[in-house]
This record gives sequence, structure tokens and C-alpha cells, in this order.
Amino acid sequence: MTADLVPDAPSNAVAVEIDKVYKSFGRLPVLRGVSMTVREGEVACLIGPSGSGKSTLLRCVNHLEKVDAGRISVHDRLVGYHHKNDRLYEMHDRDVARQRRTIGMVFQRFNLFPHMTALENIIEAPIQVLGKSKGVAIAEAREHLEQVGLSDKAGNYPTQLSGGQQQRVAIARALAMQPALMLFDEPTSALDPELVGDVLAVMRQLAESGMTMIVVTHEMGFARDVGDTVAFMDGGIIVEHGDARQVIAEPQHARTQAFLAKVR
Amino acid sequence: MTDNNPTAGADDALAAAIGPAPIRAVRVRRPGRWISAIILLLFVAMFAHMLVTNKNFGWDLVRQWLFWHTIIQAIWVTLELTVYAMVIGIVGGVLLAVMRLSSNPVSATAAWLYTWFFRGTPVLVQLLFWNNIAALVGQQVGFGVPFGPQFFHLDTNSTITAFTAAVLALGLNEAAYMSEIVRAGILSVDEGQSEAAASLGMRRSKIMRRIVLPQAMRVIIPPTGNEVISMLKTSSLASVIGVVELTDASESAIHLYFKAIPFYVVASLWYLFFTTVLSIGQYYIERHYARGSTRNLPPTPFQKLLRANLLFRTRRSRAAEIRETLR
Ligand SMILES: Nc1ncnc2c1ncn2[C@@H]1O[C@H](COP(=O)(O)OP(=O)(O)O)[C@@H](O)[C@H]1O
Ligand SMILES: [Mg+2]
Repeated sequence: MTADLVPDAPSNAVAVEIDKVYKSFGRLPVLRGVSMTVREGEVACLIGPSGSGKSTLLRCVNHLEKVDAGRISVHDRLVGYHHKNDRLYEMHDRDVARQRRTIGMVFQRFNLFPHMTALENIIEAPIQVLGKSKGVAIAEAREHLEQVGLSDKAGNYPTQLSGGQQQRVAIARALAMQPALMLFDEPTSALDPELVGDVLAVMRQLAESGMTMIVVTHEMGFARDVGDTVAFMDGGIIVEHGDARQVIAEPQHARTQAFLAKVR
Repeated sequence: MTDNNPTAGADDALAAAIGPAPIRAVRVRRPGRWISAIILLLFVAMFAHMLVTNKNFGWDLVRQWLFWHTIIQAIWVTLELTVYAMVIGIVGGVLLAVMRLSSNPVSATAAWLYTWFFRGTPVLVQLLFWNNIAALVGQQVGFGVPFGPQFFHLDTNSTITAFTAAVLALGLNEAAYMSEIVRAGILSVDEGQSEAAASLGMRRSKIMRRIVLPQAMRVIIPPTGNEVISMLKTSSLASVIGVVELTDASESAIHLYFKAIPFYVVASLWYLFFTTVLSIGQYYIERHYARGSTRNLPPTPFQKLLRANLLFRTRRSRAAEIRETLR
């Protein structure tokens, strides 16, 4: 159904399937029947006004939030539940954690561990979760630091790094788990304008290497140039979803048009 | 402006070489500080004078008994009591705090009940209670299936000596207080930290141990230092159930020698000595956990002393050198 949305990868397997997802916080409905398919290698951008539910949707994908209704699967595995004999079983903590290993997440506020150096931030999970030896983890971490252009900052604590550098370390930290899917929640929104470019460059390079990515962003240039598809969310639903260039250049819905006119 | 100032060139060269000279300005006058300092000094002098001239302090006796073997032995007991009770308190406190914050309602309630009970009753009563535990549970306590067969028995009176009763009472009571301190520390850590760790596939226990608790330490350490110092002195309560610790030993010595004040001075000096040592230890532990929270760790007092001295000297000698070459 969405195959024609990814021109350069039309027949790729489905990586993320979001199916009629509902979610409320107390009385406040935040997601109201969201469906979306992301294919392997696709860069799917989520745009929309603040409070429209973009972060919540992203957080549902790695089960940081539980959905109230609907299904999400990543690589054909249901997120947060086992499906057995036509019944759903809540996943044990341990299995949720296992599932999250292959889903990297980058936060708006970086969330680096402040008591660890850049290098220690990156090797923490490979050692503690994957059981890698320290030597191997460090060698790999150095490669990831190089990939994000921060080889010389291995020994710096987060407070000793600029926002852009922190975010790139956060990306390297997520990559160290060798995820098959990366979630970005407004990765450049907390950055000074002149630092945005470095982070976007790293993300673009990651996209070109074939990583499947869901990116919540207000950077329309990035969405248009790097994104394969763009979904416009408003009021907890996806209003418009399609080829990135098309949605941004010729939005069909009035609400999308109004939003794009404002962010441009 | 610099034209008629012959030393301007020299000053600039100096500034380029060793940084600008500090501003020379008349300081704001603070007469209040001077007056209060003088009053304080007066009080200190009066106190010192009293210490020296008042014969009742019996300084020669203090000197004689400060290292008396009974006192030294009692100090060991005091230190042991403090250390064991604090170990129970800290380990128990962390456990209780984690239980209290867990999503499991059974453990959260259990932890709440524990804290409610142990904070709600005086530690002295708890001390007496543990000392009389035999009266409560009987001379023999069996371990086994509840209401079922029992595997082994403990003789209450020989197992729960006055010392163990004191350690248990002080430690279990402390755990209730420590749990609140640890809980405050855990809550002070940004939720984004746990989320980031969870998104990397870390499990809850590991997130707590590796990510949250180390960051909570900054909040936990200062009040814990307080608790240790407080415990050092609270351990003197154990004297009421016959544990021969520092206060009890001093008390006994008083009955033996009919001299009260010198022994109180001896005990106070030792308590002061150990609280001082503990405060210094606390400073360094705090420094350790400040890693990453500030761009640069503040220097230790010792480093400060060293650096000030060095800076002062190099600045002076380099300035002299440069002036010499410019002349
Ligand atoms: N944990 C939460 N508890 C209560 N309300 C929340 C919570 N998280 C988000 N919300 C609310 O849900 C709505 C959508 O939030 P969010 O998904 O963060 O939007 P967006 O990322 O598009 O700005 C907002 O109105 C927000 O206030
Ligand atoms: Mg958001």
C-alpha cells in the first residue's frame, strides 16, 4: 500500500508497522488511530505542530509508552507483547529490554550519562547489555566516535562538550548497539543554530548507509532532502503521508499547508 | 593617554607575557565584618582562657587518660558499632528506597510500613526492645516452615548479646532514615536518564545500579555524612544496655576516680577527633561523585595551598625577569 511512497526502495521488507494505534494520558487523547508503515532503509520523517503526538508515537515504537489500542511491530515482532494462540501476553521486563537493543533512540535533550565520559557513555551498553569485553567495546566505540567526527573528545564529560557534540555522542552511543532501526526525537531542536548542521550531517550519512530511521523534526530541508517519506501529524492523527518532496512542495491538506507556511 | 606614560609599553609586554595585572581598586569597606570578627575573637579568647585556667578541667588528668587502654578499647567498640550500624543502615536504606519506588505494590507497601514503624518509635525504645528480645520471642527461636517443621534453633540470649542488640537496633533504625535520603537522591535524577538507558536495552536493576544511583550519590552523600557523624554519637545510647563504648567507659572511669569533668573532656576530644576525620572523608567522597557535574573539579584545600603559592612565586619572578629585560 505504501510501497510507492519509497521510490528508491519500492519492494523492501516492512521494518515498522504501526496499526491503528490509540493512546491517552488520563483523559487527554494523544494518538487517535495512527497507522504507518516504514520499510527497510527508509527515512521516515514525522512533522507537525507541538503537542500533536509525534514524540508519543515515537516512544510507543520502543515501548517507552504503552499503547492503549492497536499494534506496533518492528521487524515482524510485536512490540511489548507476545502473540500466542490468538491471545496477547504482556512481555516480561527482560524481553522488552531485549527488544529495545535493536532500536536506537536519540532524544531532544541528548540524555547522555553525565557521570561518564563520552567513551564510557558509548561502551556502557555494549558491555553491560551485550556482554562485550572492554577492549572490543572500546575499539568499536572509537570507530563510532570517528564516524560522528569526535575522535578527540573520547575523554570529555558531557558538560565539557557543546550541545552539538553531545548529540553526536548520543548518536554514537545508540549506534554502538548496532541497531536495525533508529528513532530520532527532534535531535536538533535543543541546539544553537550553528551546531545543527553537524548533527544533520551525521544523520544524513547514516541514512545514506542504509539505516532505517524515523525522524521527528522541524528541519524541513532535512526532511525534503534526506527523508524518503514525510508524515504530517496534527491532533493525534496522521493528516497526510507521502513522498517527502511531494508533501513538502505540494501539500494536499489545508492543515499541512498552514503548518508548512508557518515553519518555512 | 599612553603617550605621557613611559611604562605603558613595558606594562603591555608584561601583560602579553603573563596575563594582565589584576585590577587595583580600593576595596569596599566592610566595618561590620571587622567588628563581628573582633567580638568572635574575644569570645574565643575568653573560652581558651577558661579552658586553661579552670582547674576543674584537669588537663594533666586528661593527658594521662586520653590514651588509657580502657578508653582505647571503648573507642574500638564505638567505631565498630558505628560502622556496623551504618552498613546495615545504608544497605537497608538503598533496598527500602528501591522497594518504595518500585512498581510492585507489595514491596512499596512493605517499605512504607517499615519506615513508618522505625521512624515512629524512639531509637532508645528500639534498643531496649532488641536487648529484651528473648522476653518477646522466647529463649529459643526456631527456623523453618511457618507453622510447619523447624530446621534449627537459635538460643536467643547467647545470639543477641548487648552488642548485637545495639547494632541491630541502631542499624535497622538508621535504615529507615537512610531510605528517605536515598529515595530523595533517586528522585533527583532526571527521568531522561532512565529512558536513555532503557532505550539501550538495559534492565531496571542495571539502570538503577549503573546510571541512577551513581548520579543520586551527589544528593545522597552530604546527608549521609551527617548520619554517620550522628551515628558516632548516637551509638553512646548503647551504654544503657551495658555495651562498654566510649561514653560508658568514661562513665565507669568517673565512678572509679571520682573525677567527672576530665573524663567527659577525654570522651569529647575523641568524638571531635573522629567527626573531624569523617568530615574530611566526606569532602573527598563528594569530590569523587562530582565527576562530570562541573567542567572542572574544584581543587582540594591542599592543592589550593600549593597552587596559590606556586602562582604567586612564578608571577613575581617572571615579572621581575621581564622588567629586567625591558629596562
Ligand atoms: N507523560 C505524559 N503525561 C501526560 N501528558 C503527556 C505526557 N506526554 C505527553 N503528554 C501530552 O501529550 C500531548 C502530545 O505530546 P507529544 O507526543 O510530546 O507531542 P509532540 O512531540 O508532537 O510535541 C501533549 O499535549 C502533551 O502535553
Ligand atoms: Mg515532542
